[in-house]
Amino acid sequence: MADQQTTAAAAVPSARGTQRKPPRGRLTASDILRKISQVLGELLITAGIVLLLFVGWELWWTNVEADAKQTEAVKSFAQEFAGPVTPAVSQATDYGPPVVGTAPAHGKTIGIMYLPRFGPDYTRPIIEGTDQDVLDTLGLGHYGNTSMPGALGNFAVAGHRQTHGAVLDNIHTLVPGDKIYVQTPDGYYTYVFRNNQIVLPSQTDVLMPVPTQPGVTPRESILTMTSCNPRFGSQERIIAYSVLEGWQPSSAGPPSEIATQVAQAQGKG
Amino acid sequence: MYAWIFRNLPGPLWLRILISVALVAVALVLMVEFLFPWFSQFTSLTDSTIGLVQQP
Repeated sequence: MADQQTTAAAAVPSARGTQRKPPRGRLTASDILRKISQVLGELLITAGIVLLLFVGWELWWTNVEADAKQTEAVKSFAQEFAGPVTPAVSQATDYGPPVVGTAPAHGKTIGIMYLPRFGPDYTRPIIEGTDQDVLDTLGLGHYGNTSMPGALGNFAVAGHRQTHGAVLDNIHTLVPGDKIYVQTPDGYYTYVFRNNQIVLPSQTDVLMPVPTQPGVTPRESILTMTSCNPRFGSQERIIAYSVLEGWQPSSAGPPSEIATQVAQAQGKG
Repeated sequence: MYAWIFRNLPGPLWLRILISVALVAVALVLMVEFLFPWFSQFTSLTDSTIGLVQQP
């Protein structure tokens, strides 16, 4: 069709002379100028479309990709997990001081976080390391220089507020008293959200064993979550502190509040 | 430019349309796989860590 039009245009000179191929050697300055501006215009339109595609990719597609990878990580962790999925009859048992695991290699799964405030299906893997490769696909990354769950001190994780799964999108909706459950191969650690804080990105002391208090010996186990603030921005960081409330070994089964989710993660729900 | 490319594609019209669609698809895949992840590091939307982004 386009071919026929071109031939027709070439045969019958029309007012739309720019459409046909001008004969070689007879290009005028305005012809060249017109051609250059035409190519430039097409390139600019292309650049605009590419930028729009990038926005769509960043805000939507990265979430699709990250969700799939994170579901996969949760599944493979749950499959290796040996404990029962039904909660122990008595919840009042004191299991003593929590077992503290050793940190796995970079990029390996530490455990799973269940956070009912973020929705009943909020089941996200916690991965060792806070490099871009971890945070961009696998979600919550553990700061390698901080404690492990259950230890006295600070178990700190980072997660994206937007894009790449947006694992901590609702971090500002936490209410003091909200339970946060961390499951590792050793057991279940129940944290209670205490408060949040908005700091500058350079304020690294929120990761200290006692957050923002250098040199103080920790007497509590803290879970610190960091994400960007405001949403869709990164001028600040929002920090959420939670305190370890209880612990139970994997053999005791999950806390009853998250039993359904644990069973689902293991494919038994 | 695009008109010129289309005119210079080989084959009948249906084949040229097919090739155009394939070229656009290849461009999309290349962008999603390589260009966008690379460009993403220059946007600050994804900074969620405290201190240096590269932690040990």
